[in-house]
Parts: sequence; structure tokens; C-alpha cells
Amino acid sequence: MNRRLAIGLAVTGALVAVALLSLAWTPEPPTRLHIPFKLRPPLAGGLPAGLGLLGTDNFGRDVLSMTMAGAWTSLLVALPSVALGGAAGTALGLAAAARGGWFDAAAMRACDVVFAVPPILSALLLGTLLGPGRGTAVAAIALFLVPVFARVARGGARRVWTADYVLAARAMGRGAFGIAWRNVLPNIAGLLVVQASIQLGLAVLTEAGLGYIGLGAPPPTPSWGRMLADAQTFLGPAPWLAIVPGAAVALAVLGFNMLGDGLRDRVDRRGPAP
Amino acid sequence: MARRAVVLAALLLASPAAASPRTSAVIGMSVEPTGLDPTVAAPVAIGQVTWQNVYQGLVRLDRRGAVQPQLATGWTVSPDGLAYTFSLRTGVRFHDGEVFDAASAKFTLDRARGPASTNPQKQFFSVIDAVEAPDPATLVVRLKQPSANLLYWLGWPASVMLAPNSADADRTDPVGTGPFKVARWVKGDRVELVRDPGYWDAAHAPALEAATFRFVGDAQAQATALRAGGLDAVPELSAPELFADFKADPRFEAVAGDTELKVVAGMNGAKPPFDDVRVRRALMMAVDRRALVDAVSSGFGTPIGSHYAPDDPGFLDLTGALPYDPAKARALLAEASHPDGLSFAIRVPQMGYATRSAEILQAMFADVGVTMTILPTEFPAAWIADVFKKHDFDMTIVAHAEPLDIAIYARPDYYFGFRNSAFDAAVAAAERAPDPAARNAAYGTAQRILAADVPALYLYAIPKLGVWTAGLRGLWTDEPIPSNDLTEVRWDE
Repeated sequence: MNRRLAIGLAVTGALVAVALLSLAWTPEPPTRLHIPFKLRPPLAGGLPAGLGLLGTDNFGRDVLSMTMAGAWTSLLVALPSVALGGAAGTALGLAAAARGGWFDAAAMRACDVVFAVPPILSALLLGTLLGPGRGTAVAAIALFLVPVFARVARGGARRVWTADYVLAARAMGRGAFGIAWRNVLPNIAGLLVVQASIQLGLAVLTEAGLGYIGLGAPPPTPSWGRMLADAQTFLGPAPWLAIVPGAAVALAVLGFNMLGDGLRDRVDRRGPAP
Repeated sequence: MARRAVVLAALLLASPAAASPRTSAVIGMSVEPTGLDPTVAAPVAIGQVTWQNVYQGLVRLDRRGAVQPQLATGWTVSPDGLAYTFSLRTGVRFHDGEVFDAASAKFTLDRARGPASTNPQKQFFSVIDAVEAPDPATLVVRLKQPSANLLYWLGWPASVMLAPNSADADRTDPVGTGPFKVARWVKGDRVELVRDPGYWDAAHAPALEAATFRFVGDAQAQATALRAGGLDAVPELSAPELFADFKADPRFEAVAGDTELKVVAGMNGAKPPFDDVRVRRALMMAVDRRALVDAVSSGFGTPIGSHYAPDDPGFLDLTGALPYDPAKARALLAEASHPDGLSFAIRVPQMGYATRSAEILQAMFADVGVTMTILPTEFPAAWIADVFKKHDFDMTIVAHAEPLDIAIYARPDYYFGFRNSAFDAAVAAAERAPDPAARNAAYGTAQRILAADVPALYLYAIPKLGVWTAGLRGLWTDEPIPSNDLTEVRWDE
């Protein structure tokens, strides 16, 4: 196992562990107010036990507990959006590679169109149509990921389609769908997994961005993006309100990227990335 | 995206080129007005730019909220209270040279009360039976019934005097009798005022030669621009947590004053469960107002017990009528056959005080078993359409900005869906009252009814957190009416 993969696995593993732990236990309920103890810095004394290890926010909520619960919120958007966008994009890419011709051209131009619109902008549009919330965030990120996966899948699939074993399968009379499913997909699965883990990092980042502009899961669900937005006017007096969730986002993105890089080194036969 | 634009705007504002000569001032406001004629549209930002600066009234309100003569030098009231005779100032001209006289005053009042009027305070003028202009310097206003508030109402931005020739264009090209003219309105950015050299009251011409209102929505950007010198004053800083820093900084004056803005969480009394007064009372008793003010507004703000601000005439502190008592709240909910609590949604505009208050309410309600979902609702467009017009809401939260607006609860189609004949009678008695004492007594009855029936949860009166560069004098510290009167503003020598 290479170092990148090890770090990536450790960080993402910790993230998932913290997110799962937050369902069962946090030092304080993340939404409970302690208004008399608001805006206390990390490790300040004189607080009820368990409160304020990483400080309290302007409502006296425990920042550590909110950040832990925010990890779950983040994964709950990132995982389904990558799964949805990945599945739809892969299907589109496989179909484009299998059919070729006008279908391929149309699908790829459609991808260009979606690519041309920044994900935040399409999320704003969806937010207006569907109303803000977790579903909107998932839909917006998934929509953005469809062309990403479609291109990766199409590129990989076109290489596989020229292979001799595909020729053999065609000679045996297997249909295009069967070949795509039985012969092509398993051969590009590695590429897709690498792409998925990198895109998970991007999805976490986009989820935070959507929460920041008010299109994420509504309160009281803790969200890193909304914590950052709320922290904005407190940067001077209470910098920990921004540092803690900001560091959480940075770590999560770093973890998924390292994981993706490490996986690529193992999957890609052309050797490790420079 | 919006926030990024705001940060960019702050950086632009902070450019050193904005350093001003000392006969001008740049005032920061959070909200841009939608037009520049306060007599045709409701947003208070219109009056905050134009009232007293560009337009004047027959009378005006001073910085304490008291009525003072302006274009009328004096008035007499008939013994039955049904006829007001105003003596008008002579020699007053509008910015375009048109003469102000009784005919323009009659035109303005008739326009405001006419059938085509979109005046936001049209009900003020509904008591007027006839307006007469017997000679250019005399105006007679005849009423259908006595009105204790008429003079006060005539001091409002919605009652300013317009010229017949230019009134229709005032939305974009305002013409008034005030000491400043609008030089330029750069939409989305600023309104520039210049002193009118032909101002009728040369003896009291303002010290400022020019003034600019800049619209900066984000509180952090306002603070940055103040520090960088791009703004000389932010009369209403929208983030209370930034206020303490300015207070400690000798380069700035930071003054916490009173406003008429009442933060209330209105409930849809026309539909269950809010048609049950026990539910409304329970929700009120679930709220610790003092703690809410501490959390939302860094402790700045006055808890209120009814739809009445501390500076309104005859104010009663009714926060004790339904005090914070979670156990009692639970009991009341159980009695109202919601023993397991209830669930509903609150429509929350994007303003900071609203989103924060909603989160606090959500947590306080959770303590008594009530689940409240937060639905962000864009203000004003979506809020006006869904809440105000369609009444499609359970609960909402908004700051009511107008002074002495308790009468909105007597309007039959208002969004609270509140009907109470005793209340209607009290408000009618107050508005017909012959003298202030009787009026205040009637308003006291009205306040008590609201405090007991709670058609809305009465939370707190927003403070006016004014910040300006040290050396700038004359801005109002309190806000008896939403305004930015610049006529007495000057820089220290």
C-alpha cells in the first residue's frame, strides 16, 4: 500500500467513523442552546462538563458536537449524490461508447452544456424550483457529476471496445448491452472508483458551499457550510467558529483526494502519478 | 455567489479614492429603496433616503418623535376636532422652481386618499372628508371623525408634500421642497444627493454640500468599509456582534438607540392549531425573550410583550403577561389536546435577525415538544406573495418597522387572521380620542388584549446600532420613524 492511499484511507475512515459516532454520541446534543455560555473559546474553563471542548457558538451550542454531526450531514449529501451522478453518468458514457455516431455526439455535447454551468448556479436554479434542503443539494451535485462520469466511462469504454475479447464476444453474438455490462464495465471499474473518491471530495466541498449560501439542509441540522456562514461576522471575536468547520471541510476534501490518488496509483497500469 | 459579490463591493468601497472632503458624507444602508417616492410604495428604505432630505411635510417628526411645524407654520383645530386649519409657509419652492402653496398641499392629500392611491399608509387619510384651499397660505382639512393621530401621521414619510407637475415622476426623479436634490441614482449601488442652492430656508441650510447613500447588504462588508473609510456612517449596523468592536475603537462613535422595529412571529390565526388561543399562549410561554435577545442580538434590544415599541405613546411593559414558563407551556398544549406536542413550519426571511431568532425559537419550542421546521422565504417578494397576500403559512417572523402600527390587528384581511371586536373598538377609540391621555388609555387596552391573545409572538424591539466616524455630528441616535435625516449632520472643524 502506498503512502497516499494509507493517508487517504485513514482520513476518510476517521471521517466516516466520526459521522457514524455522531449518530449515537456527541459530547452535547448538537442543537442544544446554552445561551449563558455563548462564544466561549476552546477549552475555556467554567463550563458544564462536555461543553465547549472546541468552543461554543453565538447561541452557546457546542462546536465540536456540531462539527461531528456536520460530518454525517456532509456524507449524507456527498455519498448519494456521487452514487446517483456516478451511476447515471456511467450509464450514459457506456451507452455513448457502445452506440457511437450521432448518439455519442449528442450525449457529449449535452455533457458540455451541463459542464458549462457552474454547480453552484445549477444548485441555485434547483433551489428555486425545489426549495432548499438536502434533496436539492443531492440533485444539484448529482446533476453536475453526470458529465464527469460520462466522460470517464466513455473514454475508458472506447478503449475496451477495440479489444480482441470484445471482438470475440461480438462474434459470439452478444448484444451491445451485454458487452457493455459484462465486458466493458468490469474493465473500467477501477477508473470509476478512482473518479468516485475524488468526486466525493468535491461533493463535500460543494455541499459546504450550498450550506453556506443557504441551500443545504435547513436548521437545526448541523452543517459545515452553515456553520461557516454563521461564523462570518464573528471572525474577529470568535475565530474558532470558522476554523473548526473550515478545517473539517479541508481535511475531508484532502482525505478523499489522497484516497483517489492512492487508488489511481494502484489501478492505473501506466504507473504512479508523478 | 451573492456573498462573494458583497465582499467584492466592500473591497471596491474600501479604495482610498473614496476619502471624502469634509463637506460630504457617505452613509451605508443595508437595503436599497425600490423607488424614491415614499407616498406610493411601502419599503421603509424609500423614506430612509428621501424623508427630510429631499421631501418635507406639512409637519415633521423630530429626533424624539415629537411633531414640529415644517411647511405649515402653525395650525388650529376646531372645538369638535373635525377641522384643522393650517397656515402655510410662503416663499417655499420645489427643486424645479414650482411654488409650494395650499393648492399643492391639497393636491398631495387628495392624491394620497384618492381611489387610485397606492400610498402605503392610505388608511391615515381615510378619515379626511374634504381638503380646502381658501387662499394660497391656508389649508383646511375636514375630517369625518376626530383623529388624535392626524398631525403625527402627517409627519410621516408617506405624507410628504409633492408638486402637481412632477408627482408622477417622483418614483425615479424626485422633486420635493427639501434641502437636498437627488443628483444621481446608480441602481444597485448608491443614491447621490447634492445641496439645493435654491433651498427656501437658507438660514437653516444643511452643512453638508453632498451626501451619498451606499447600499451594502452584508454586515461584514459594512464594517470593513467603515474601517477603510469608504463609508462614514452606518446608521443601522445589521450585525450586533460587530458593534462592540466599534464601541471600543476611538476612531468611531457607536451609539445604541431605540427604534420602532418590533420583531414578531406572526401566526396564522385563521387555521388550526393557531386558532386555539391556548396553543398561541403555550408557544409564547415557551420563549425566553431575554435569552433570545442575548443570543440573537448580543443583548442589544428590548423584550416586548405586545405589538408596541417602548417609544410609542402610552407604552406598557407586558412581557410579564405570558412569562417564560416551559412547564406551563406543556400543560397548556396538553389542555389544547396536543399532549404530544405539535409540528408546523415557520417562513423565515433572509435577514439575520429573522434567521437567528427562528433558530432560537426552534430550540426553545423543542423543549416543550413542539417541532418547528424552518422554511427560508425570500423577502420581500416571496414573503409578500405567500404570507402577506395568500396567507399560506403557519408561522412567520418579521420586524414591523412602522411606529404606532398596532392598528394592523384591526384590519380584517391582515396576515395574522386575528379578529377581536374588543380590540377593534379599542383601536377605533384611540384613533378618535380627543386628547393624548384618552388615546394612550385606549392604546393601553389594545396592548393588553394583544399581550393576552398573542396573535403573534412578541419578541423584542430592535435597537438602532449606529456607527459613524468620530467627528461626524448630528445623525439621529434614536429612530422614532425609519429615516436618515441629514439636515443637521456636519463634520467637526
